[in-house]
Amino acid sequence: MDRRLQDRLVYLAVWLACASPLGWIVWLGLTGGLTANPIEKVIRTLGDDALYLLVIGLAITPAARIFRQPRLIRFRRTVGLFAFTYATLHLLTYVGVDQFFDWSALATDILKRPFITIGMAAFLLLIPLAVTSTNGMTRRLGPRRWKRLHQLIYLIVPLGVVHYVLMVKRDINPPLAFGVVVAVLLGWRVANWASSRRTAAKPRPKAKPEAAGQGARLGRAEEGG
Amino acid sequence: MLIRNAPDLRDCDVTDKGLYLRRREFIAGTAGLGLGLSAAAAGPAQAALAARKSPFSTDEKPNSKEDIAGYNNFYEFGVDKEDPARNAGRLTVRPWTVVVDGLCQKPRRFAIEDLLKLPLEERIYRMRCVEAWSMVIPWIGFPLASLLKQVEPTGKAKYVAFETLERPTEMIGQRQPVLEWPYREGLRLDEANHPLTILAVGLYGDVLPNQNGAPVRLVVPWKYGFKGAKSIVRITLTDKQPATSWNLANAREYGFYSNVNPDVAHPRWSQATERRIGTFFRRKTLPFNGYGDQVAQLYRGMDLKKFY
Repeated sequence: MDRRLQDRLVYLAVWLACASPLGWIVWLGLTGGLTANPIEKVIRTLGDDALYLLVIGLAITPAARIFRQPRLIRFRRTVGLFAFTYATLHLLTYVGVDQFFDWSALATDILKRPFITIGMAAFLLLIPLAVTSTNGMTRRLGPRRWKRLHQLIYLIVPLGVVHYVLMVKRDINPPLAFGVVVAVLLGWRVANWASSRRTAAKPRPKAKPEAAGQGARLGRAEEGG
Repeated sequence: MLIRNAPDLRDCDVTDKGLYLRRREFIAGTAGLGLGLSAAAAGPAQAALAARKSPFSTDEKPNSKEDIAGYNNFYEFGVDKEDPARNAGRLTVRPWTVVVDGLCQKPRRFAIEDLLKLPLEERIYRMRCVEAWSMVIPWIGFPLASLLKQVEPTGKAKYVAFETLERPTEMIGQRQPVLEWPYREGLRLDEANHPLTILAVGLYGDVLPNQNGAPVRLVVPWKYGFKGAKSIVRITLTDKQPATSWNLANAREYGFYSNVNPDVAHPRWSQATERRIGTFFRRKTLPFNGYGDQVAQLYRGMDLKKFY
């Protein structure tokens, strides 16, 4: 198969996979699977879906490095924008359906209920990332600033997890599972950052030969592990 | 004499322990098959419960049986709303005994059959969940007071404690320490004796579905739904305020009284409005779930923000 066509098919598969949770909700709706309280079920499911995609988005860079598949990176934008879509639908269902635009009730919720405050903050922080996801905006910002801005995601995803933890009544296992995965994915970045700093420090010319040798050994061991 | 211990019986010849422990289910199942056949011959009206109408019933439209039996909080069978309907089928509800003891003259054990023989009433009540949704449910049951009277509480009795069955083999949610098992609830004695407080044994003219707390559960319509202990095995009269499961789990969020109160927000969400299952718009939550005329005097002089 020619490379172009293959790429398109793979991309289509990724797109459909990202859209499938929405299809699932529609399917449940048509078959009476949304429980006796469909509004709450839809809100919860959309929130779960947003978190799933955020976590998958966070996993792409480590996966690309670990498995040496740099082309995986091209899916990051699609996954991220779908996460933003689910987060938006999650919020809109809460505002427009659950609370039916009862602005005073919404204001109270946002100000007085920490889990909603945090969820709202996470959503607001997602907006600039979605807005600057286009090729044009990436160019205009320049790679350095764009990267700096998009590092906000390291804050947003934990906020999303905290939003979930604070929401549940008693069974905190599902949000904790998210928390563990996110901690691992962020931990990988910290480790990566630390080891790259060490590697960068390695060829310091004024270091004693012995110490430099040790640093180099450590650096290699790090890469091997 | 030489006795040979030939290994003619191996581990694998022994009945699997899980299977062995479920032998009663097998016997009950076989017996049930016979009964089922004879019931089919006798006509379909076998399981129905006869019940008088009650002036305490609301004239609001009850929710469908599918909603009432399909959307439940009954953590003994899992934490998701659909879990109880999925998992409660395996609960054995016969034989069933409710022990009534503690500070009373005549403690006794009631077989479920005895309770089903009491004069039953249909009570169509609003049910307000602490999670800000509500239903209208046509319970069948009898006033708790009529049961308590039979054991003759002593003058020292001030509270009533309720205990749910603990049987993790069938109640698979109890295998996780989500709450402290067994589930416990409690009422003040005057609340327990209030004519609105009932023990329910049925729903929609039939015995209770397992996921709704079969075979017998508490219903206190002016309190949040979790006060209604399900699948009750013990009722104890005491002089101290009993420990209750949700209060043990999170005292800041779930008080002992837990009267429906739109002015006292749950720390994480508002209680001012609720969604009646089956309707689109939220509606205002009423103090004491709309039963204030009957019960408000129980709390005269109490600060309900403090005793939430």
